[in-house]
Amino acid sequence: MEGPKIYGYIYGFPITQTLVNMWIIFAIVFVLCYVLTKNMEKIPRKTQVIAEVMIDSMDNLVGQTMGKDKMGFAPYMLALIMFLAVANTSGLYGLRSPTADLNVTVGLALMTFFMTQGFGLKSKGIGGYLKSFLQPMPFLLPINIIGELANPVSLSFRLFGNMLGGLIIMSLLYSGLAGLIYLPLVIPIPFHFYFDIFAGLLQSFIFVMLSMVFVSMAMD
Amino acid sequence: MTGIEFIKACSAIGAGLAMIAGIGPGIGQGFAAGKGAEAVGRQPEAQSDIVRTMLLGAAVAETTGIYGLIVALILLFANPFI
Repeated sequence: MEGPKIYGYIYGFPITQTLVNMWIIFAIVFVLCYVLTKNMEKIPRKTQVIAEVMIDSMDNLVGQTMGKDKMGFAPYMLALIMFLAVANTSGLYGLRSPTADLNVTVGLALMTFFMTQGFGLKSKGIGGYLKSFLQPMPFLLPINIIGELANPVSLSFRLFGNMLGGLIIMSLLYSGLAGLIYLPLVIPIPFHFYFDIFAGLLQSFIFVMLSMVFVSMAMD
Repeated sequence: MTGIEFIKACSAIGAGLAMIAGIGPGIGQGFAAGKGAEAVGRQPEAQSDIVRTMLLGAAVAETTGIYGLIVALILLFANPFI
């Protein structure tokens, strides 16, 4: 088991495998969005229908979880879930999943954390925001602060632990099957299905869902 | 046995012990799934809402197990004692 490889340095800044794989994933998501929304018409064709279903279901999810007054978060959440879904299933086409690197997941979780604090401050005002740390009793202030700081830690570690655990089990499986001839073609299929497709899509959904819950809880 | 070998052996045992944390999320997620099945049985038309809430609760219950996994991985692959 090894971490992401370092391919080289640009001005002392390491270009890791995670970074390169993330560029590939950005390209995949960009091409996907471009192809799905090309030639939009009043009467939708196949590709446009897929895009409309994605946007519609995300709007429904945001409306149900965060409330109808916070629909503005839907584009951000759809972008996040598209990136996470492609990144978490990237073990299928042989890339090391970028979310199996703690740097990426902490970055994503910090985005949610600052969104939580920023939108909480914006919607409650500075007095209400400071007062929310004294709820329900003033002496619970340290517990509330620790609770706020634990959110990004648990968000990032959940995604990282799930993805890295899957990666380790898959690499152990492949190294165990290395000497055999036909079995490496068949045996990994159910494991890929579980660790890449099921766990990957579930974790990306849960990350986005928890982000929505945290932001909407901070706002009301 | 040298000091480093002793530390490595103890780290491997510690990683195994850390994964005992997997019991908690197992119980918690099973409880959540059981209650979810009960709720779907009682109110089948609210299935999508129930499944979504159940997944959210299961994910939060999973957190402590993931912390145990992270501790085990640190002990195995990024040991701070060596």
